[in-house]
Amino acid sequence: MYTFSNRLKTFSIALMIIGAIGVVIGFMTSHKSFEEVEAIVAAESAHHGGGHDAEAAHVAPAASHDTHAAEGHAGEEVHHEDAHKKHIEHVQHQIANRPWSALYVAAFFFMMIALGALAFYAIQFAAQAGWSPVLFRVMEGITAYLLPGAIIVVLIGVASGTIGHYNLFVWMDPEVVANDKLIQGKAGWLNTWGFAIRGFIFIAGWSLYRHFARKFSIAQDNADDNKNFKKSFRISAAFLVFYIYTESMMSWDWIMSVDPHWFSTLFGWYVFASMFVSAITVIAMITLYLKNKGLLPFVNDSHLHDLAKFMFGISIFWTYLWFSQFMLIWYSNIPEEVTYFVTRLEDYKLPFLGMVAMNFLFPLLLLMNSDYKRIPWFVVMAGVVILAGHYLDIFNMIMPATVGDRWFIGIPEIGSILLFGGLFIFVVFTALTKAPLLAKGNPYIKESEHFHY
Amino acid sequence: MESSSKVIHAIYTDDDVLMSAVKKVRAEKHHIEEVYTPFPVHGLDKAMGLAPTRIAIAAFIYGCIGLTVAITMMNFIMIEDWPQNIGGKPSFSYIENMPAFVPIMFELTVFFAAHLMVITFYLRSRMWPFKNAENPDPRTTDDHFLMEISVHGNEAELEQLLKETGAVEINIVNKDEAH
Repeated sequence: MYTFSNRLKTFSIALMIIGAIGVVIGFMTSHKSFEEVEAIVAAESAHHGGGHDAEAAHVAPAASHDTHAAEGHAGEEVHHEDAHKKHIEHVQHQIANRPWSALYVAAFFFMMIALGALAFYAIQFAAQAGWSPVLFRVMEGITAYLLPGAIIVVLIGVASGTIGHYNLFVWMDPEVVANDKLIQGKAGWLNTWGFAIRGFIFIAGWSLYRHFARKFSIAQDNADDNKNFKKSFRISAAFLVFYIYTESMMSWDWIMSVDPHWFSTLFGWYVFASMFVSAITVIAMITLYLKNKGLLPFVNDSHLHDLAKFMFGISIFWTYLWFSQFMLIWYSNIPEEVTYFVTRLEDYKLPFLGMVAMNFLFPLLLLMNSDYKRIPWFVVMAGVVILAGHYLDIFNMIMPATVGDRWFIGIPEIGSILLFGGLFIFVVFTALTKAPLLAKGNPYIKESEHFHY
Repeated sequence: MESSSKVIHAIYTDDDVLMSAVKKVRAEKHHIEEVYTPFPVHGLDKAMGLAPTRIAIAAFIYGCIGLTVAITMMNFIMIEDWPQNIGGKPSFSYIENMPAFVPIMFELTVFFAAHLMVITFYLRSRMWPFKNAENPDPRTTDDHFLMEISVHGNEAELEQLLKETGAVEINIVNKDEAH
């Protein structure tokens, strides 16, 4: 049995407290009055050396609020004051969105690690993998974060449209919908009740599988037959079917709908690749942490090698999907689709291209060598970069739609990462203490213990 | 020297027996010239103490060459030699039009890595059409395993050792007749 060391517990609680302070500071500093924003914008345009031209140009790239932008352009001469007011309000809204988005990105990032680990776990059962059963308890520990994590994501989403001022999803704002034919056409799917109910169904389905898989896995430890394992096998196969549908819909709801004018068909797969590689990385890192403490004597470097191969392979799979989505849209250059990448390339050049280096080039060159995949510090180093890269990936999906060019990785963002990172560590390591770290009843456990590559 | 032109052929019918025989013969410090098997025996190279292959490193280098060929070729053709406006694609610099070149860059990398690696393999293992088969005993392509050890005047001792390891047949052959 694993005991949650006091040092790690204190560390996770400290992370949560520091993070919470950062989040509170973020919310307190984001409520600027009209005059304050006016002063900020005036200072900026003075700095850029432009007058109203620069301001108008500022409005244009904000694709998510193009109703505002269009009005701002049309009435520039006649309704000069009006356009100015619209622009300041627009910037004011972006500044107010930042702590919400920061919180949402971090919440989603840690939730997707747990969800990806659950999918990986189910695949191991459905494929009857012989190498991975020694890692099952680590995976079960990580998936314990799924229920709280996913509820937090949906709550932030709903709260942004109820207690907040539509800070994440513009389609929740009845005023925006009233002036927007495109969103009106999608209102059958994109409405707050639909969002909440679908979120509930997704979370219920995932958590039910997680609950029963864990229950059968623990019951199997002391069973004389393989009945529990067979049940796990069956529900895993069923879950994977459910998962691939709900994951796709989840990605439309929770991520793609921040840009309600934009759509992409392979988006669900793309989000899946991101969560899958992050989850495998976290499985590898927690395994290494526990092994380092001498708690997983049955895990050998061949298991690590296999995990690192998955990290390598799925990183390339992610890049394949990223590039396929980017290149198809770049190549055809249809205005209604391409604005998505125009805003990202104009305002997010460093995070947008930096994540490709972090998620592709770095793991490609580092984890290609077979010997390096067995060296723990190499895998951890690659893992840290992969995780940071996939945080940036989620950041690049959410932020351009909510804060536009007013992004920065500062106190609200780092605070949110620390808050949910601390919660993640707390929940995962608490779950690890609940059961022995070797799933000894699994019929493949002997094969897994002697796994050698 | 007369003795060194002779080799001993020990034939086995089971790969597990072969593996333990290889380990035993190596422990007795006899040099194993070659082992012939009908299929890959897992761990045999380690037991024989063969150096690991470097073909993966070669493949990586070939891939880099392929990538360079692709970039140089398309940069010359599409950007430097005749930068036409084809459907509004920006052909001002390589980087601006790069997404359109990536499929070719990828395929040429794979093409070079794969084909040159295979050719390297053929050359290093001396395989080509019309090559004379180097097969000491046709049964080794079906269900027998053969270990070849060079003899240095210690025939009786070797024969005894190989018998103990479970060889079903032991032949001493002249080297020039060996294949």
